Amino acid sequence: MKFGTQIFALALFTFAALVAAGFGVDEPFRQHMWVLFFVLLGFVAVLIRNTSFEAAAPIDASAYMDGPVRYGAIATMFWGIVGMLVGVVIALQLAYPDLNIQPWFNFGRLRPLHTSGVVFAFGGNALLCTSLYVVQRTCRARLFGGDLAWFVFWGYQLFIVMAATGYLLGITESREYAEPEWYVDIWLTIVWVAYLVLFLGTILKRKESHIYVANWFYLSFIVTIAMLHVVNNLSMPASFLGSKSYSAFSGVQDALTQWWYGHNAVGFFLTAGFLGMMYYFVPKQANRPVYSYRLSIIHFWAIIFLYIWAGPHHLHYTALPDWAQTLGMVFSIMLWMPSWGGMINGLMTLSGAWDKLRTDPIIRMMVMAIAFYGMSTFEGPMMSIKTVNSLSHYTDWTIGHVHSGALGWVGMISFGAIYYMVPKLWNRERLYSLRLVTWHFWLATLGIVVYAAVMWVSGIMQGLMWREYDEQGFLVYSFAETVAAMHPYYVMRAIGGAMYLSGALIMAWNITMTILGYQRAEEPMPGSAPSLQPAE
Amino acid sequence: MDYNLMREFADSWGLVAMALFFVGAIAFALRPGSRKLADEAARIPLEDE
Repeated sequence: MKFGTQIFALALFTFAALVAAGFGVDEPFRQHMWVLFFVLLGFVAVLIRNTSFEAAAPIDASAYMDGPVRYGAIATMFWGIVGMLVGVVIALQLAYPDLNIQPWFNFGRLRPLHTSGVVFAFGGNALLCTSLYVVQRTCRARLFGGDLAWFVFWGYQLFIVMAATGYLLGITESREYAEPEWYVDIWLTIVWVAYLVLFLGTILKRKESHIYVANWFYLSFIVTIAMLHVVNNLSMPASFLGSKSYSAFSGVQDALTQWWYGHNAVGFFLTAGFLGMMYYFVPKQANRPVYSYRLSIIHFWAIIFLYIWAGPHHLHYTALPDWAQTLGMVFSIMLWMPSWGGMINGLMTLSGAWDKLRTDPIIRMMVMAIAFYGMSTFEGPMMSIKTVNSLSHYTDWTIGHVHSGALGWVGMISFGAIYYMVPKLWNRERLYSLRLVTWHFWLATLGIVVYAAVMWVSGIMQGLMWREYDEQGFLVYSFAETVAAMHPYYVMRAIGGAMYLSGALIMAWNITMTILGYQRAEEPMPGSAPSLQPAE
Repeated sequence: MDYNLMREFADSWGLVAMALFFVGAIAFALRPGSRKLADEAARIPLEDE
C-alpha cells in the first residue's frame, strides 16, 4: 500500500498532538498543539486521498529526483512573499504604532515572524531546493535515500509553520533568529540530520570523482547549522507538556553562545549556503566556468576558518571579556579577504561575457547580488571595529546593513537561481517573460538602495543624537526625541521595502505563468539576438 | 578539565593546529600541477545536461 507506513506514523503523531492539546500545562502550548493537530490531520487526509493499492511504478534510478526541488522552488516563492509582506507591515508599524494589533499582530510577535520568515522559510527553502538540484547535477547521481528528500521537504515546512504560529501565539525563547521553543527545536534537529544524511549520501554515491566546490559550501552550511542549532538551543523544558524552557547557559556565556550562533547563522546560512548557489548558477547562466577554481577553494577554507570567531563583535562594550571582543573584531576584519576574493571570483566569471549584462536580466540580477555581497561584507567588518561600533550599535545602521546583505545578496542570488531553475524543472523553453525580470530587477535594486540609504541616515542620526552632550555634561536628547526624529525615515524605509516586495510579486506572477506553460509575446531583449548582416 | 586548561590548550596547540591546517589547505590548493585539475573541476557544472 502506497504511503502505508507514513499514514500510520502521521496518524499516531496527530493523536499525540491531540493528547498534548488536552493535557498541556499552559494556554499557548495547548493552542499550539491544536495548530499542530490540524496541520498533521491535513497531512494524513492528503496522504489517504492519494494512496493506492496498485504496485508502485518502478523508479528510474538514473534520472534525477526533481519533485522535491519543484516543490521547494514554489515554497521559496511563497514564503518569500509572506516574509517580505510581514517585513513591510512591521516597517509600517514602526512608523505608525497604531497598526499594532494586540496581541497576535503586535511588533514584538511579528518581528521574529519576519526574520524567520525571510531567513529560514524563504532563504532556507531556496537553499534546500537549490542544494538538491546542484548536488544531483554535479555528482551525476540521483538523490540518496528514496523518499528521504520528501521527508526533509515536508518536515521543514512543518517546522516553519510551527515556528511561525508559535511566534503569533507569544511562544518564544527570546534568542535572536532562534526563537522557537524546545519542542520545535527538537523537530528541526531531526529534519536537519535527515537533510545531512540525504546530502552526504548523494555525495557518497556520486559518479563524478571530484566534489564540485558548490557542494563544499552547501555541506559546510548543513554541518555548521546543525552544530550551531544544537548548542544554541541547549535548554531544559519547565514541563514536557509546556511551552517554556530555560537555557543551559546563563549571563555572559549565554550572550556569547547566542551571538556565536547568531553571527554564524549569517556566516554559514546566509553566506556559505548562498555562495554554493553562486558557484553553480553564475557559471551556468553565464555558460562559463568559474574564474578561478583554486581561488574558490581558498575562499572556502578562509570562510570556514575565520567566520566562526567573528560572533563577539555583536557584544562590544558589554560584560564580555575585552580579549574576546578584540578577537571578534580582528577576525571580522580578516573576513574582508575571503569576502572580496569570493566577490572578485564571482564577478570575473563574466570576464569576456560582460555583454550579457545588457541582454540577460538574470545575469544582471546575479551580478547585483555579488556586488551587494561585496558591499555588505565590506560594511560588516567596518562596523565591527570598536570605534565605529560605538556609533553604529543598537541603531538603524545595523538594520540597513543586514538588509543590504539580505535583500541585495541573499534575495537577488536566490531570485536568479529560481529564474534559472524553473524553466528547466518544468521543461519549459524559456521563462514566461524576460521583460518582467527586468522590472523585478529594477524594483528590487531601487528598493534596496532606498532602504539602505535611508537606514544609514537614520542610524547615524540616531547614534549621534544618543551621544550628544551639552557643555554641562547632560544628554541633549531624550530617547523619545530620537524616535520622533526617525519618523520620516521609517516611512521611506517602508516604501523601499514595498518596492522590493512588489518586485517579488512580479516574479511570483512570472514564475506561475512559466510553470503553467505560457509564454508572453514580447520583443526580445535588445541585443540578445544579433541582427543578421549580409555577407561581404 | 577546567576552563583554564581548555583556554590554554585553545590558544596554544589548538591555534597552531588550525593555522597549520589552513596554511596546508592553501598550499595544497596552489600546489604545482593543480591548475589543470582545477580547470577540469571548474567545468563540472557545464558538462551536464
